[in-house]
Amino acid sequence: MQPLTNKSKPVDRRPMSFAERLYLPAIAKGMAITFGHMFKKRPTINYPEVTRPFSPVFRGLHILNRDAEGRENCTACGLCAVACPAEAITMEAAERQTGEEHLYREEKYAAKYEINMLRCIFCGLCEEACPKDAIYLSETFAPANFQRKGFIYKKDDLLIPHPINEKEAYDKARGGRVKIEHS
Amino acid sequence: MLLSIDWAIIVEKLVLITVVVMSSLVIAMYTTYGERKVAALLQDRRGPNRAGPGGIFQPLADGLKLFFKEEIIPNFSSKFLFILGPCLAMLTAMMTGAVIPWGDKVHFFDRDINLQIADVNIGILYVFGVVSMGVYGIMIGSWASNNKFSLMGGLRAASQIISYELAMGIALIALLMVTGTLSLKTMVGFQMDGYWNIVKQPLGFLIFLICVFAECNRTPFDLPEAENELIGGYHTEYSSMKLGFYLFAEYINMFISSSVMVSLFFGGYDIPFVNDAQLTQNIGVNWTALLHLFSFLAKAIFFLYLFMWVRWTIPRFRYDQLMNLGWKILIPLALFNMLVTGALVLLQQNNWHF
Repeated sequence: MQPLTNKSKPVDRRPMSFAERLYLPAIAKGMAITFGHMFKKRPTINYPEVTRPFSPVFRGLHILNRDAEGRENCTACGLCAVACPAEAITMEAAERQTGEEHLYREEKYAAKYEINMLRCIFCGLCEEACPKDAIYLSETFAPANFQRKGFIYKKDDLLIPHPINEKEAYDKARGGRVKIEHS
Repeated sequence: MLLSIDWAIIVEKLVLITVVVMSSLVIAMYTTYGERKVAALLQDRRGPNRAGPGGIFQPLADGLKLFFKEEIIPNFSSKFLFILGPCLAMLTAMMTGAVIPWGDKVHFFDRDINLQIADVNIGILYVFGVVSMGVYGIMIGSWASNNKFSLMGGLRAASQIISYELAMGIALIALLMVTGTLSLKTMVGFQMDGYWNIVKQPLGFLIFLICVFAECNRTPFDLPEAENELIGGYHTEYSSMKLGFYLFAEYINMFISSSVMVSLFFGGYDIPFVNDAQLTQNIGVNWTALLHLFSFLAKAIFFLYLFMWVRWTIPRFRYDQLMNLGWKILIPLALFNMLVTGALVLLQQNNWHF
């Protein structure tokens, strides 16, 4: 039969020569190979101390945004929930009372905002649907949890830290995203 | 007085025994760590690195884990023998250290303390006797488990150790003819003055090395615990620290075998290319002894590394290949080596010069 490729090699069935039957040269060769591996670069990343760098367009956990004065951007319009193909987002709207202007940017806000991380497929459509730049996907992913209800992220889990009161945490939460926005 | 007892020598020996047993335990402990680390390095991994800096406390964590595991003694087993098995394995593993010369001597409290627990004039025979007792631990344990896989592992261990002990003994006879002594201390003394025995007996060393691998049940001769054929081999039914004892005994055996090999073929505590008498004059007895000990340990650790290196390079033998190698190759080779050595020694004694 005509071979289709030139990759096949016939098995060498000649009886072994004396040098081959000694096995010792072959063993020495094998030992040299394994010894060489001692000095190879290790592909392992020491996970908790070192993390693999994510691409700046990585779609991880959601963050609910605040504006520069620390007011929540979200107006509970529901567009993200509609856009969500996995139906992971639920929210309840509430009206802003007088005296709450420093908390919410618009007259309407989300009193309850939940994302089920077990349903979410991290497609980023909510980010695209949002007219107020209120939700975006960060570069971290959801940590493990012992219970299903632990994966339903409430507003406290999602809201970005206050940009004035907790500046460091805020900058950390924004992470690499800042550069992308400015460029 | 005829029966006056030199208390100082008893104290001295007790201290020495404690130190040797403890340090061989600690070394065995860290050999398990070294094994995992070397395995990882040879396989492009990192190895244990969580417990302490660089994973240095990993053996302690392992030991602690083994102690906390449930101790199971199967009720179909013979209980006394079941417990005796690992104890024997451990006992025989630790007994061999008694005749190995760890160094020349130290000078403390106006006494010359010999760094060898017992300088018996049949040292190497004692080593042989005790090492071959080690198989009883495996056999008794495997038989007492009342499990066919354990028993098969035990049988394999027994037949393997008997087969390879023959070749080992014959290879050693040639060495004994060259040195003309059975005492390890005298043998090391010869090597300090002249060449190391490896120069005089390269073939003998090769045979000895292969047989030591077989005696220690290390890859490529680890058929008694071939996981893919015998579940766990002779320690299938063992759990908790009794299993730990078996594993530990293996590592102690490795260390002791390395020490014996170093003493027999690689000059023991001799520091290569250094005149020891001059060294002693320059820096004193105690410091020389320390340097000697370092030299000895460095050589022993190299052999421990060799054990691991081979383990992660060469796959396991098939059982018939193992027996072929032992009976059809190593024993004739050892006999040939013995005859040639004998002839040469005889010629040399009759004033032939070569």
